[in-house]
Amino acid sequence: MTQILMPALSPTMEEGKLAKWHVKEGDSVKTGDILAEIETDKATMEFESIDEGRIAKLLVPEGAEGVKVNAPIAELAQDGEAAQPIAAARAPAPAAAPAPAELAPKIPSPLAGQVAPRSGAGEGATQRSAPSPSQPTTVLASDPAIPAGTEFVTITVREALRDAMAEEMRRDENVFLIGEEVAQYQGAYKVSQGLLEEFGARRVIDTPITEAGFTGLGVGAAFSGLKPIVEFMTFNFAMQAIDQIVNSSAKTLYMSGGQMGCPIVFRGPNGPAARVAAQHSQDYSSWFAHIPGLKVVSPYFAADAKGLLKAAIRDPNPVIFLENEIVYGRTFPVPKLEDFVLPIGKARIVREGAHVTLVAHSISVGLIMDAAEMLAKEGIEAELVDLRSLRPLDTATVIQSVKKTNRVVTVEQGWPICSIGSEIAAAVVEQAFDWLDAPPLRITGKDVPMPYAANLEKLALPSVADIIAAAKSVLYRA
Amino acid sequence: MARAEAAAAANNEADLASGESREPLDPTSVERLKKFYRDMLLIRRFEEKAGQLYGMGLIGGFCHLYIGQEAVVVGMQAALKPEDQLITTYRDHGHMLACGMDPAHVMAELTGRITGYSKGKGGSMHMFSREKNFFGGHGIVGANVPIGTGLAFADRYRNNGAVCLTYFGDGAANQGQVFESFNMAELWKLPVVYVIENNQYAMGTSLVRSTAEVHLYKRGASHNIPGEAVDGMDVEAVHAAGVKAVAWAREGNGPIILEMKTYRYRGHSMSDPAKYRTREEVQEVREKHDPIDTFGAKLVQRGVLRADELKAIDKEIRELINRAAEFAIDSPEPPPEELYADILK
Repeated sequence: MTQILMPALSPTMEEGKLAKWHVKEGDSVKTGDILAEIETDKATMEFESIDEGRIAKLLVPEGAEGVKVNAPIAELAQDGEAAQPIAAARAPAPAAAPAPAELAPKIPSPLAGQVAPRSGAGEGATQRSAPSPSQPTTVLASDPAIPAGTEFVTITVREALRDAMAEEMRRDENVFLIGEEVAQYQGAYKVSQGLLEEFGARRVIDTPITEAGFTGLGVGAAFSGLKPIVEFMTFNFAMQAIDQIVNSSAKTLYMSGGQMGCPIVFRGPNGPAARVAAQHSQDYSSWFAHIPGLKVVSPYFAADAKGLLKAAIRDPNPVIFLENEIVYGRTFPVPKLEDFVLPIGKARIVREGAHVTLVAHSISVGLIMDAAEMLAKEGIEAELVDLRSLRPLDTATVIQSVKKTNRVVTVEQGWPICSIGSEIAAAVVEQAFDWLDAPPLRITGKDVPMPYAANLEKLALPSVADIIAAAKSVLYRA
Repeated sequence: MARAEAAAAANNEADLASGESREPLDPTSVERLKKFYRDMLLIRRFEEKAGQLYGMGLIGGFCHLYIGQEAVVVGMQAALKPEDQLITTYRDHGHMLACGMDPAHVMAELTGRITGYSKGKGGSMHMFSREKNFFGGHGIVGANVPIGTGLAFADRYRNNGAVCLTYFGDGAANQGQVFESFNMAELWKLPVVYVIENNQYAMGTSLVRSTAEVHLYKRGASHNIPGEAVDGMDVEAVHAAGVKAVAWAREGNGPIILEMKTYRYRGHSMSDPAKYRTREEVQEVREKHDPIDTFGAKLVQRGVLRADELKAIDKEIRELINRAAEFAIDSPEPPPEELYADILK
């Protein structure tokens, strides 16, 4: 008896929905036959048999959500074993199927734990550690942009981004979305799902694979007063177009003595995904934050993704909007407001604490939240700053926090040299030197191209343990 | 003007021999021909003055003169409507003058003064006029081509019937993003006319040394974009081709490529000694194919203008340019607060 396991169908997939069985118990199957349709967070995929035999048992019902990668979903009887009892067949399963944690994409486990449970999720979903869904709501409750008593809905970051685009496209005829696979494919990462249907091919435009070309085209359209949203499938590919972003979009207002303007948003996933190696795993935060004439936004929470993307689309300047593939599927509360727009350039205190300031943006905010939970158990109260915007960088909020805690650790996925952490450390030393009780520490991605091997990849990225150690170090605690 | 008169005599004989039919002298076309002459001469005199000011240290950095290529932009711009756009690379002074920007304020930008089109912060290569739909003035070779394609995309998006002229040189024609633009423009039938100003040299590298297919009008063939080679030293030929090409794009047929065979007399920039070509080669073009002299001679021969009228135009333009130069020299530099102005809106 062979077990058929839930397949991993994307680099970041941890679980999926068994949308439809194409076989029933007793059916004979050949290699290449479609067994099932499996819905990941990005797409619905057909799943083929790689063996021949007869379907002895379907272990997961059609429609089941949250089925973990590598969980057995069916049993296949091969020649001569048709009569074998199911129970006996299950016995060797642990040996035949390595524990999901080993085969699943190597995302640092605290991150994986932050994926909020989906309705009907399997048992694995209960493994999640922090934060509780109420935590961001508490954080958001103090946001001046959200009136008291506002209702919250829990959605994915992916949906928040899509909603932001849809709302702005409804509001302003000049806004359009252009990029690879944004229209008919519904987005390579499903962010633009449904937009083609609502807005049509004139405003949701699939491009050839031609980054320099469509970026420059977007810049030209923006010069003439349209408001393009240019999606990069990932920011790694934006390097093909870096000249248009830096030399054309960012500088022309200045070079024209204020005559021109480039109201454009460049958005897409940034930073390491999972197991895609060096050319597809890079954090460009500090690259773009370096450039005068750009604004750079990199949110973590869904509410910030929505409120800041709406702000970015309305902004008369070029805005780099750095998303994160792993974060797309995370769910957070978003205020149910007709028009929720947040100011670019403001950090958010995610958690207050007196002992040490932890500063992060994007996916690393999840890491510092986990670290803070664990530090709290040891009596260390960390204050957490989610930068949200990288240019303008809200150093004032960081400085204010450091003047309270006298200690700061920065966390990011990017490389250490000329990093966001470097900038924060410099600002803190320049502006709050007398308040510091320890040198600022930077936790960054390691100074290496991202390796493919799972163990090395894990070593290359910041971990909760790194952050806890750094926090203790600036507190001079073992 | 002596050269113009001599050329007129030569052309006259040639025309008599070939029996070429002459354009009827209706008032509209007479005014247009006079304007061609005047606009080309304006560019020539402007550029000569810019070269002079550069030599005096009043203009800094890179300064790419358009001398020799005047017929291209003058003929093409005359084919446009006011709502149409244009964009070019860094050899852009001629384009600005041809689309009606004020020579004094262009010159003031060259001298880095607050009265310049970019308040002295763009310089020779980076000037713009929203009023004239001139979208620059771009310093990165080839980067203006997708931008011009994007302007045409915006015209299509708005369905406003406008067309974008996207100028670039034979050097830029080898940039990858030019091909990317061609593909999108034809795929989406964008109203863009690509004007390749083939002056034979990409800085110091001749066309044959840099380009596998030297017939640049064929550059769109693999994208199904039609192309035509045009004598870029003949303003009337340029204009005729321009009218057809602009109509093609405006009518929704998509992009079209015009390869303008032209020549620059000066070096790539002011600091280029131009050792990659012979003095005789330059001299040959100047004497036999100069766009202004040959056209002036034609006008005299056809009876559109007399030789003394040509001289009077020249005198008027010289005075205009001298005033522009004085303005550019006398204007103040940008105040220090301009350093941080206009980084963001």
